[in-house]
This record gives sequence, structure tokens and C-alpha cells, in this order.
Amino acid sequence: MTQPQQGGAPPVTPTRPVLPPQSTGPAPQQAPVPSGRPAATPPRRTAFAEGVDRLRSAATTEPGRLRIIGAVLAVLVVAFGVVTAWQMTDRSTAADDVLHSSQPLSAGAADIYRSLADANTAASSGFLSGGQEPPATTRRYEQDIQTAAAKLVTAAASTEPGSPAADTVTKLNKLLPEYKGLVERARANNRQGFPVGGAYLRAANEKMQQEMLPAAQDLYTKENQRLRSDYAKATPYPWFALVLGVAALAALGWAQRRHYLRTNRVLNQGLVAATAASAIVLLWLVVGHSVARAGLDSSYEHGVRSLNVLHDARIASLNARGNENLTLVSRGAETKKLPDGRVEDAYDYAFQQDMKTLSAGLDEAESLADDQAGRQPVSAATGNMKVWQQRHTQARAADDDGNYQAALNKIIGAKADQPTGECFDGVDANLAKALAHEENEFEQAAGDGLGAMTGLPEGAAVLAVLGAAAAVLGVGRRLSEYR
Amino acid sequence: MIARRLRASLKGWGGVGAMLVACVLTAVFALLLPLSHTRGDGSPGAVGPGIAEATQAKADACDGHPERQSPPASGDESGPAVSAIKKRGYLSVGVDQNSYRWGYRDPNTPGSDLEGFDIDLAHEIARQILKDPNAVRFHAIPTNQRIPAIRSGQVDMVVRTMTITCDRLKDVAFSDPYFTTGQQVLAPKSSGITGYDRSLAGKRICTAEGSTANTELTLDRKTGRLAASADISTTVPNQLDCLVKLQLGEVDAVVTDGALAASQAAQDPTVELKGKPFTTEYYGVAMNKQAQDLVRRVNQVLVDYRKGGWQTSYTKWLAQTLGADSASSRPPSA
Repeated sequence: MTQPQQGGAPPVTPTRPVLPPQSTGPAPQQAPVPSGRPAATPPRRTAFAEGVDRLRSAATTEPGRLRIIGAVLAVLVVAFGVVTAWQMTDRSTAADDVLHSSQPLSAGAADIYRSLADANTAASSGFLSGGQEPPATTRRYEQDIQTAAAKLVTAAASTEPGSPAADTVTKLNKLLPEYKGLVERARANNRQGFPVGGAYLRAANEKMQQEMLPAAQDLYTKENQRLRSDYAKATPYPWFALVLGVAALAALGWAQRRHYLRTNRVLNQGLVAATAASAIVLLWLVVGHSVARAGLDSSYEHGVRSLNVLHDARIASLNARGNENLTLVSRGAETKKLPDGRVEDAYDYAFQQDMKTLSAGLDEAESLADDQAGRQPVSAATGNMKVWQQRHTQARAADDDGNYQAALNKIIGAKADQPTGECFDGVDANLAKALAHEENEFEQAAGDGLGAMTGLPEGAAVLAVLGAAAAVLGVGRRLSEYR
Repeated sequence: MIARRLRASLKGWGGVGAMLVACVLTAVFALLLPLSHTRGDGSPGAVGPGIAEATQAKADACDGHPERQSPPASGDESGPAVSAIKKRGYLSVGVDQNSYRWGYRDPNTPGSDLEGFDIDLAHEIARQILKDPNAVRFHAIPTNQRIPAIRSGQVDMVVRTMTITCDRLKDVAFSDPYFTTGQQVLAPKSSGITGYDRSLAGKRICTAEGSTANTELTLDRKTGRLAASADISTTVPNQLDCLVKLQLGEVDAVVTDGALAASQAAQDPTVELKGKPFTTEYYGVAMNKQAQDLVRRVNQVLVDYRKGGWQTSYTKWLAQTLGADSASSRPPSA
């Protein structure tokens, strides 16, 4: 039991042959210096050189060789266990971070992003309804702002002070009350029937679109990068441990063969036990890691990628709805000149762009969805979107024709008017459903992956120590025959 | 550049010369117009070329007084443009929906109908031509789409606080002026700004992108009429955004048409118009250049409108911020 520990460090006054650090096999050949004048130059003779010297002399006798073999085997088995425990702890921690830290943070950032976009949409919908806003819209707006504020606190707690992500959170914390102030001014003016209310709403929208949503997207991207890097830490093969495992098994096999050749005894119980322990650890490592890796890969492929695409699509639909509202709020207040010289209402143009993003996002989400339960809400959302576009065209036609009330009804009217609001709500609800499904898939797959690594580091460590002990005992038994 | 040179030259003897030229030209039109008029009365078919010539002559002569270029009023409704409108049964008018008291939607009225001074005038034109004030379809059009909307035929006319300028006369025809205004300064009541003068030194001034105000300010800062320390870098897509910036304290003053400045002041009791307008401009109804019969017909509407409806509408929408005395806002009689 004590041999391997001594073998690991250069002994000062060794009584038994020991190993030089790091190198085992070729060590005896490596020390050509010391044999010359040992007494004449005592300061130059290091403990290491002395140890090597003794090792060389020990290697000339069978008990000495046995001691060296025992030490090497113990060190190899323990090293295998330690490296396995270390590498798998790393991976297991990273996988745990994926499941319990970086993915929730990434989802939290997505929630901030979505809440902000949703608040902006709710604000414009309420504004469009006139001075007296519908309570449901106001509630939704307030709820969104609260969600965003709460999630910003969570995000702030998990970021390093001074990091870019922390700066982004700080920026959003500063912008949120500014935005809310502009919306309140817009409402107050709208209640009095002042068109400057519309100007305030546009200012609030601009703050949201130009500053807040990009910051929220930035935070989302950063959290996603963290998620990716946790994935990258959790999934690579533990090559170091695997190589050591194979080396330990090979050394044990060689030792047993030597033992057989010299003594004609087939089994040395200690060495067999050490071999079994090492084989179990290696098998556990290979199977456990492969299963974990498969689970994590699948959680990324089927969960995270779908989640990202769905989040983006949802934001696009929210922005499209907001811009659709603003087209009516401030028709003609801002225009955008297109490259081909045509001039379009800035908000209607933005709406068209958002719808393109939404359409592309839904297509991608549908191709990523791997089961019927995931595909169904996405194709339902696509259906909603198509109707939305038709109705939007009707609304715009009515507005261009000077029929504001008909256009307004087509956007925020009652069910009988077949408003686009209905389609937007459909898209939003279906995307929420799809997101919940993918979130669940992610948690299951990542949870399975993490579960496959449970106990592996501890088990590897314990088995390795037992294996090393068995190897030492096995060699010790043989050694006792020389006394 | 041209305007600056013009102003500089007006100060000296050159100004007298320019005025002389203008007088002569006006006299020529006075002679020319009745001529084409009489010709047009007899045979409608001959109207086209005669008026086209007259318009051409006027466009060339448009210096100093773009507001005097409109053809004389006529109640005749046999022209092609007026006939087309009568046949269609409604008037298509381009308006603003963001200018308080001029053209805006009050969200608290049922149907959020458009209302304001411009809207009243549009209703009056419909009432006179179609005998129904509500035979109007309003199109909210952006400022920079006023001319394209007319030229493409999307609207019959634009009644949207549109200043009559020589540049615009190249693209569209204007009615006689229906309102007199000028660039004016808007600032908080408590501010030290007294008008378009030295009190603007060091102040941040907001203007709309590409607006007359923006052009004037840029020129005046070069000539020294406006203090060089005045910061005119803040421009916004819509003049109303200036009020937002003013209320948020991001700028100290707004320069825009007095009429629109008054519309902003009407939405905020803590700001007011400062000093007198420092330019003179006229709003006119813009129409297609080809629709000369419609221009004349609208001029006839304006003749009647000035007698009564104009003052009623002024009192209703503008007296509160522009003052009960409407003399300075009244258009010159044609």
C-alpha cells in the first residue's frame, strides 16, 4: 500500500528501490553520471540521482524487479483512476452546467428578449385602441415589463462583474425605465387626443428596436455561446483516461504473463483483481461517456437548435405585429427609401422584413422538428402566418383607400372582422407550444446524458484504489517468497 | 446659396431692380391671363393649350412670389378633372394624420375621424363640388410623398400644410394661398429664448429632415443671421418628433412653420411661439398640373371660403394658439 505513494516522489533517504518521478521503464538507462566519484562531489549528487542509482542496482535482483513492477502497476492503475475521475468530473460538471446553468440562462436571455418585444407590441396595440386602453393589453404589457426586469436580475447574478455580458445587462437595466417612461408619456398624450402621443410611441419603439432589442439579442447570443462552450467541455472523448486505461490493462497483462512464465502459476489473485477493477473502470468509462455524449448531442441537435430557431421566429412575429400596429398609428410619419427608388412607409417595410424572417424561421423549425408533436404546432403557426399576410394585405388596401376604420378593424377588431390580431395570437400561441415541447425534449435528453455520467468519477476513483491495492498485494505475495 | 444671394441683393439697389422685374412680369400675367380666360370660356376644347402656355410662362417667372402663380378662380365644372371627380362621386384627398388641429385623428372620438383646419377645407371643397361635405376619401400620406401622390394620380389634391414654392411649382399646380405662415421659433415659456435672434446662441435647435426650417437655419448660420454657436445638428423624421425632444429636454427650441409650431404648442401648455415669423410662406392646395380646371374650381371654393367658413374654422382650431386675431394668418386675396 505504501509503495506507490513513495514511488511518486523523489525519496530523500530511500531504503527500498523507488521510482523516479514521471518516468518508469527507461529510468535505469537514464542515469549515466552518478557512478563516477560519488563521495568526491557530494553537493552534485542529488537525491534523484542517488535514487536512480539504487534503482539500477535493485533491478539486477528478482525481488528488486518485482518491487519495481508492483510500483509501476500500482501507479498506472491509480493514475488511470485519477485521470478518469478528473476528466469525467470536468465533463459531468459541464453537462450539469448545460442542464442547470447555461441553458436556463440562455432561456432566460431569450425570455428577456421576448418579453421586451412583446411589451413593445402590447404597447402599440393598446395605443391603437384609443385613449382608453383595453385592460388585457395593459396587463400583458405590465407582465412583460415585470418578466424582463426579473429575468435581468437573474442574468445579472450569473454574469462576471465587468464582463461584456454584465455591461449588456447594465445597459438594459438603464434602458428599461427610459422605455417605460416614453410609453407612459405616449399614453398620457393619447388619452388627451394629442398626436404627439404617437410621436412618443414611435420614440419608444425606436429605443426598443435600435437599442434594447439588439442588447437583449446580444445577451442571448452571449448566453448561447456559454451554452455552446459548456457543450464543448462536456462531450469530447476522455482520451487521456482511455489511453491510461489501456496502458494499465496492458501492463497488468504483461505482469501476469511474466508471472506465469517464471512460476508456471496461472493466476495471481491480486493481479487478477486489479485487472478486473481496471477493466470495469474502462468499460464504464467508454459506455458511460458514449451514452452521455449521445444524450447531450441529441439535446443540442433536437433541443437547443430548435429552441434558438423558434425563439428567433417568435421575436420576428412580435416585431411584425408591433410594426403592423405602428403603420396605423403613424401612417406617413416616417418613410424609407428603397434601393430601387421606391418609397415605403418605414413601418410597413419593417413589417414585411419581419414576416420574411418569421417565414424562414418557421421553415427551418419545421425541418428541425424530429417528431409529430414538435412539427404540429410549427405547421399550425405557418398556417396562421399565411392567413395573417392575406388579412394584412386587406388591411393595407383599406387604409390606402382612405378607409381607416376598416383597416383598424382588420388589425385589432372583433372576431367578426377577421383581424390580423387573431392570426398573430395564433402564431404566438403555437410557437409557445413548440418551444415548450422542445424545452422538454432538451431537458430529457440532457438529463439522460448527465445521468449516464452519474457516479463515474467516484466509482472510477474507488475501483482504481482497490485495483492498485490488489496489484500491490499480488506482487507482495510473490515477493514474500524470497524472504 | 441662391436664397442668400437673393436676400443680400434685395438689401441693396439690386432689390429695387428685382422688384421692378417682378412688377413687370406680374403686369404681363395680368394681361395674359384674362386673355386665356376669355378664350377658354367660349370653347372648352381650346382651354388646354392656352393655359399650358400661361402656366409655362408663370413657372419661368416664379421668383419672389410663388403664391401668385395660380390661375384665376372659376366656378366652371365642365373641365375633365372636375367632371371625373363628379362622375366618381367622391374627392380623393391626401392629408396628414399627425398634425394637431390641422389634420389628425382624435382617438377619443368614435371612428377616430380625421379633423382639423385642413380637413375642414377638404370637406368644404367636397361640399361645393359634390354637394356633400362627406364625399371625401382621406389618404394619410407622408410629407415626402405629397408630390408623388399627386403626380401618380393616387389623390386628386393634397391639403396638408403644404407651402407653395417655386420648386414645387415645377411638379404640381397650387391653388391660391389659403393660409399665411412663416418659420417660427417654439420654446418653453420659461426659457430665455425671445425669438429668432441672438437669444438662440448656444442653444440646441430641432428641425425636421429636409424641411424649409432646416434649409433656412443652415443658410442663416453661414450668413451670421443665426449665431454660429447655435447647435442645429438635431434633425428628426417628422416635425412632431421635435416636440418630443423638446419635452424630453434634448433640445432647447424648435423651428418649423408657425402653423405647425402652433399645433405643437396646442399640445403642451408649457411651450409657446417666440417672436414673429422670420419668413413669409403660404399654404396652398396642391393638384396635378394637368388639372387646371380643378385648380380654378378650388380657387373659386377658396373665394367663397374666405368670406365665412375660413374664420369659423380658424376660430375652432387655431385661435387658441395663434391668437383670436386672424389677420396675420389670413391669406392675401387673389
